[in-house]
Amino acid sequence: MPELVRVKSMMPPGHVRTPAYLRGKCGIIERALGEFANPERAAYRLEKEMQPLVRVRFTMAEIWGDAAENPDDTLDAEIYAHWLEKAD
Amino acid sequence: MPHDHHEDDFHHSGMSPSGHPYREDDDRPLTYWQTMEIAMREILIEKGILTPAEIARQIDEMDSRSPANGAAVVARAWVDPDFRHRLLNDASEASREMGFDIGPLRLIALENTADTHNIIVCTLCSCYPRNLLGLPPDWYKSRAYRSRVVREPRKVLAEFGVTLPDSTTIRVHDSTADMRYIVLPRRPDGTESMSETELAALVTRDSMIGVGLPKSPD
Repeated sequence: MPELVRVKSMMPPGHVRTPAYLRGKCGIIERALGEFANPERAAYRLEKEMQPLVRVRFTMAEIWGDAAENPDDTLDAEIYAHWLEKAD
Repeated sequence: MPHDHHEDDFHHSGMSPSGHPYREDDDRPLTYWQTMEIAMREILIEKGILTPAEIARQIDEMDSRSPANGAAVVARAWVDPDFRHRLLNDASEASREMGFDIGPLRLIALENTADTHNIIVCTLCSCYPRNLLGLPPDWYKSRAYRSRVVREPRKVLAEFGVTLPDSTTIRVHDSTADMRYIVLPRRPDGTESMSETELAALVTRDSMIGVGLPKSPD
């Protein structure tokens, strides 16, 4: 069973690499990519904090609802672990 | 005569003899970031950290990267199934194997199949596999492309002249973080007898971004 996750619906200021259009949306983990420095800290030269990074696959229906061009087309994005929560 | 003199040849205003508007001279003050770039470059040189020759060489190197590099990788994957496998498994390593200096770039190759078509975008800025494709086209960095391709990829593709059946799944890939992407397009039909070099000539930049298809042979 693919792991279902939800992108947290937070809106912090700063150098955030989680696009706003994906916040609150659910997808499955397409693949794990390893650990990378959290850009929200790295951009300000704060002490390095490593975060697991994964590719999450969303359906266009999940992102755009009825406005989706083709509901089964997908969008993949790289999301850091601290932006993800379990979804069931 | 090689240099026909026209009535107002000196001022270069209006239309040129060939019927194009003259480009305006950029006699205007530097922007903030232009000033910052010059200041930073001069300090680096003054402090002996970089030489002007090193800077020129680096610019030259960046300018020399072109979609031909990516096309060579794609053509190799079309003729060599083991290489294709390695490319899909670790595109950075496979590119290095072909001698391309891709630095610390983490590259993922996305394979188009009979029922799947991939497109790449960077909605947050302009991430692009520069080491393999050179500088991105201006439209790739435009707000229009970045905002539309995640919402209406089929409409955007149609504007690029590509219409896919509903049965083909479109997968859009947003380069939001540390990965860069390159699309491995499908090998065109009727190319069975072509050499790797001939095949590479069919691979367009747009086909590796996913907004185009490779050229047909002939």
